[in-house]
Amino acid sequence: MALVLNEEQVMLRDAALGFLSENATLSHLRKMRDSDSASPYDMNVWKKMVEMGWAGIAIDEGHGGLGYGFKGLGILLEQTGRHLSASPLHSAISVGATLIDKLGNDIQKAKMLREISSGSFLPTLGLQESEVHNPTSISTKAEKTSTGFRLSGNKVMVMDVHACDNFIIIARTSGASEDSAGLTAFLVSVKAAGVSVARTPMVDSRNYSRIKLSNVEVEDSDVLGEVGGAWDGLSETLDVANICLAAELLGLSEEAFQRTVKYLQERKQFGSFIGSFQGLQHRAAEIFAELELCRSLVMQALQAIDDNSHELPLLASATKAKLCEVAQRTTNEAIQMHGGIGMTDDYEIGFFIKRARVLQHIFGDYNYHLDRYALLSGF
Amino acid sequence: MSELEAFRHDVRSWLSENCPKSMREAVKGFEDLYSGGRNPEISNPDQKIWCDRMAKRGWTVPHWPEEYGGGGLNSEEVNVLQEEMHLIGARRPLDSFGISMLGPAMLEFATEEQKLEHLPPICRGDIRWCQGYSEPNAGSDLASLQTKAEDKGDHFLINGQKIWTSYADKCDWIFCLVRTDNSGTKHEGISFLLFDMHQPGVTVRPIKLISGASPFCETYFDNAYAEKRNLVGEAGKGWTIAKYLLTHERAMISSFGTVQGKSLGEGAISVYGKDHSGRMSNGILRHAIAQYQLDAMAFSTTMSRVGEEVTSGQGLGAASSIFKYYGTELNKRRNELNLAVGGESALGWEGEAYKEGEVARDWLRSKGNSIEGGTSEVQLNIVAKRVLELPSE
Repeated sequence: MALVLNEEQVMLRDAALGFLSENATLSHLRKMRDSDSASPYDMNVWKKMVEMGWAGIAIDEGHGGLGYGFKGLGILLEQTGRHLSASPLHSAISVGATLIDKLGNDIQKAKMLREISSGSFLPTLGLQESEVHNPTSISTKAEKTSTGFRLSGNKVMVMDVHACDNFIIIARTSGASEDSAGLTAFLVSVKAAGVSVARTPMVDSRNYSRIKLSNVEVEDSDVLGEVGGAWDGLSETLDVANICLAAELLGLSEEAFQRTVKYLQERKQFGSFIGSFQGLQHRAAEIFAELELCRSLVMQALQAIDDNSHELPLLASATKAKLCEVAQRTTNEAIQMHGGIGMTDDYEIGFFIKRARVLQHIFGDYNYHLDRYALLSGF
Repeated sequence: MSELEAFRHDVRSWLSENCPKSMREAVKGFEDLYSGGRNPEISNPDQKIWCDRMAKRGWTVPHWPEEYGGGGLNSEEVNVLQEEMHLIGARRPLDSFGISMLGPAMLEFATEEQKLEHLPPICRGDIRWCQGYSEPNAGSDLASLQTKAEDKGDHFLINGQKIWTSYADKCDWIFCLVRTDNSGTKHEGISFLLFDMHQPGVTVRPIKLISGASPFCETYFDNAYAEKRNLVGEAGKGWTIAKYLLTHERAMISSFGTVQGKSLGEGAISVYGKDHSGRMSNGILRHAIAQYQLDAMAFSTTMSRVGEEVTSGQGLGAASSIFKYYGTELNKRRNELNLAVGGESALGWEGEAYKEGEVARDWLRSKGNSIEGGTSEVQLNIVAKRVLELPSE
């Protein structure tokens, strides 16, 4: 029963829905946007999420987690997508914790995964360097020093820096740009000398930054895993992260669609409900069909993470590509079907299209992942 | 050994002894499917042997009750049987509308006597059934049908015309929608009637399609005769049965969407080649194939998900309402891509070099998938109305 929720998972979903609809809704996000706070999310809400075990939901019990697996984390992310709730579930959990799990040695894992589970450690990944996702195209340099490495380079789209403790910086210790060999993951304190952070406000009103590393000194012990050997773990982490992003896109798209259907049922023009017009009915029915396909892919992909499936790369790209395609279509149609009111900032539907495009972009959009899916399929 | 393991053991040894070698080869085309009937079409004598042996155990329709000729197996046992058949590549012994459409409707709506009379011959493959639904002026608007059945005491006299009757020229009996009453709305007054096709009042004329094949017929009734006891359900209440049966027809047609032959990507590489990065060289076609393949996978997974939801007791969810629409649209996309990849070789109509036009004929036939059994547009109407609850005015 990989594609349906069991009783425990249904309870988790309902609990998440109940909590988020009171504590982390779209109106909370709007308030945060309109204040000048640099805080990426409400710290008190995150504290409560940690108390409920969400930080360690996918982390095994041996490392202080709940052991619900990624299916559990996916259930939470679907709900945060519905409510547009801000939290570090992507930056520190689906990306940070996974990368530590894939690359870290036993000592690093024992310490950091336990700290992440308890909410006392929040890492964030510094990977992207140019306009689009291209994970082997890394120019950030790490030169060997007598006691460690010296890092220089630039990163963009780094999530939630203003609440994080540590960067995990992907830098090149050898090889040419585009080589997957020669990449190394470094733990770098946000406060280290030579680090400068510039917040980059994005359309979804969440927290992203460009960071500049100028001769930042780190110790040998700050290397996560093997020098020059970060690629395999990074690539696996990106597969996991993209499936998690897809889970949020699913919740977001379903919510935007349900709001749109409700509007079609209530809005009258020409003396009739606009939902009675076949031109709109068929477009809505097609989106319904596409969203059902999306749900199946997300369930399958989350289960594949938990099963350590060898098909994970293919399923990750398939799922992200499909969710990007359908989220784009759904949010575009949501605006169009709402008409003029959908263009106003006062109305909430616009928040969904903005969040969708950023989620689509992070770690590879439709174009990137459909191309990768075809390559992995042998053409 | 658990009961289920013992069952698997029994199935495995029985199959190895009883499934003829030639019935373990993949089905090549429609002519390899066996549909039974009084004068069965047979491309290989093993077809009938295999069907008879399976029917004796009730395994032509393993999930139906034993008293009606089925195997009386529970869903776990049906899975075991299917897995074991799959393991040796055994073909389905019998494919018929009796199994896929009429049977499920009769199990739901027929009397005990009717079930005992009609279901066992379906399981044995003795009687082949056709479906009398569409009429020249009642296609998508099926409830407008006008074929009349007049009550003559112990029997009905039927007059009118059906169209798109699949294999009417090869079938023995028909399950037919007729109008027994004209006084109410169009959905009222429709009845669900069974009668023999081999009688003077029935004339059948095959229709040649754009694909060159004639799977469908025009069927004329001129004082055709039906016994009263072969009315299923109440007179005038046949529309409920008709709709129930349609859900089974749609499930059957939508399974076309999951057919996956040779990889389109491979075929395209053999035509266009690859670039140094391993990508098929024509990027436009590559995009279309990738999107198709992704959607086909997602559709397959969705069918599995709905299956799991049913097995876990959640019932048939809303997702099932998209199957007919999505599956047939996918099948059309696949056929268009077959044509694009095949080029000249896909356009051939006759001759061995073109496998007698197989690709082109399948492509043309696929155009009917989104028309038969309820058009794509009707399916979208149903989703809008029933699932999304969009208003009607």
